[in-house]
Amino acid sequence: MNKIGKPNLEIFSETLMYEAKKNKDIIVVTSDSRGSGKLVPFGRELPDQIIEVGIAEQNLVGVSAGLAAGGKIVFGVSPASFLTARSLEQIKNDVAYSNCNVTLIGISAGISYGQLGSTHHSIHDFATLRTINNMTIVAPADNFEASEVIKQAVSYNQPLYIRYGKKPMMDIHPPGTKFKIGKSILVKKGEDLTIIATGETLQRAYLAYEILKENNIHCSIISMHTIKPFDEDTFLEFSKNSKAILTIEEHSIFGGLGECCANLIAQNNIDTNLKILGIPDEYMINGSQSDVLDYYNMSPEKIVEISKDLLNK
Amino acid sequence: MNEKNLKKKSLEYRKTILEIIFQSGAGHTGGSLSCIDILNVLYNSVMNISPKNFSGLDRDHFIQSKGHSVEALYTVLCDCGFYSKKDLSTLNQFNSHFIGHPTIKVPGIEHNTGALGHGLSVAVGLALSKKIDKKTNKVFTLLGDGELSEGSVWEACTTASKYKLDNLIVIIDRNDLQITGKTEEVNPIEPIDKKFESFGFETILTNGNNISDLLNVFKKIPIKGGKPTVIIAKTIKGSGVSFIENQINWHHKVPSEDEYGRAISELNEKLNSYE
Repeated sequence: MNKIGKPNLEIFSETLMYEAKKNKDIIVVTSDSRGSGKLVPFGRELPDQIIEVGIAEQNLVGVSAGLAAGGKIVFGVSPASFLTARSLEQIKNDVAYSNCNVTLIGISAGISYGQLGSTHHSIHDFATLRTINNMTIVAPADNFEASEVIKQAVSYNQPLYIRYGKKPMMDIHPPGTKFKIGKSILVKKGEDLTIIATGETLQRAYLAYEILKENNIHCSIISMHTIKPFDEDTFLEFSKNSKAILTIEEHSIFGGLGECCANLIAQNNIDTNLKILGIPDEYMINGSQSDVLDYYNMSPEKIVEISKDLLNK
Repeated sequence: MNEKNLKKKSLEYRKTILEIIFQSGAGHTGGSLSCIDILNVLYNSVMNISPKNFSGLDRDHFIQSKGHSVEALYTVLCDCGFYSKKDLSTLNQFNSHFIGHPTIKVPGIEHNTGALGHGLSVAVGLALSKKIDKKTNKVFTLLGDGELSEGSVWEACTTASKYKLDNLIVIIDRNDLQITGKTEEVNPIEPIDKKFESFGFETILTNGNNISDLLNVFKKIPIKGGKPTVIIAKTIKGSGVSFIENQINWHHKVPSEDEYGRAISELNEKLNSYE
């Protein structure tokens, strides 16, 4: 059984503080989100490298863009729900269109805020940001990905959005794994079907893999941490050689990982079965992140059942 | 640059604004004419921004938040040597970077604007970067008066005040009109000075179409150390051409050939009085 690590958010803040101590041009901007972003130690140790704008997400993004225009390496940190909806126009114009070197950190993303309700969920962020030109979108799965993406963000030098959850995550990747923004990671290789997951749902795919293996079903597991630019080469290679594709995301079934895969399958005339798991278009059930994901067919057991159905089609 | 030359430049700039709008068949005539004297004084007498230093950061910065008055900005940047008049003549043509709102693809432009209520936050970020780097460069931003209805403007003000950004100078092009009508009828924004004061700004009122008043005002900034400045520049929409002044329909009206001819004649007459 793999070890359960820390919440990815904690890894984000630890990595960022490590990088910021080495590079004084790194500036963090928060919107009363220092606590939720696990940035209290950062604020204490590097007070000159943190700007607090209060509860004003539009201003957070605009100020971040201005700091970047002034030569800073900026991390704008705010709950993903507000950051990517309320400030969408600032992201579009001031960061992406103006090509400012800003990394936007969407904290407590997806349905991390569980029972706080849909106001606090971001099941729209992949969809909205995918349609904005010059925007990179990453959803790290485990502590390794969570840390590596921040190290690369420091020198990425173009608009970037990273979403983080707040629950401790299982360590998936063995030592020596390579991480590169835009390049997926093959976690397991099997010939029967391919399960592609992004962000924190990778853990669920991994657990399903173990059960499927006991059932003598061999699947590939891909960590598609970067939603945009999408790793088309790897996807096409696996989809052409798999009887079925199953995608899993903590996001609306519209406009995210699954639809991206569907698009590639359709436009490349690939003969395979596809099933998209995500949040359907309905008034969402209330519950913890874990319970809600289970309810919407993303428990390891349900993933196993759906995988079997897909293979029997 | 001396006052007389600046006044002549303002008239020449007005001619160019009308010329490029007439020739390209689109543009924001009224707002460009109202803010042209402000841009003239800023670029020719106040700000340390030139084609030579623009690629670096050790200089002043200017964000035109009211991006739609871009023809005024294009005209001034052209005169400052950022690009040729031939480049500017591609305005609104297919595949030209000279479009109806400023973009960084055009030399001399700092930030892409056009959606209102964005520029002040970006200017605050730039001013913060100067404070962090302990530089004395200033950051100027021009806002429209109708734009003040955008809530994000006031979010930005709170941060400017909190961080004591006395290197930030906000200029309001107070021409009293917006696309639908008078600002005070569309959505009242007065008292502008008291609003900014209550947000922690030092406020100065001036005549934004009077070169000597503008020169005097910019000599005084920052009015008070530790505080951002707002200059409420009272202007006339369409300023400088009698039949365009204060006319709502000239917000983005393009002059006909006859109107263009009459406007140029008026401006030439004024220019001749300087000879």
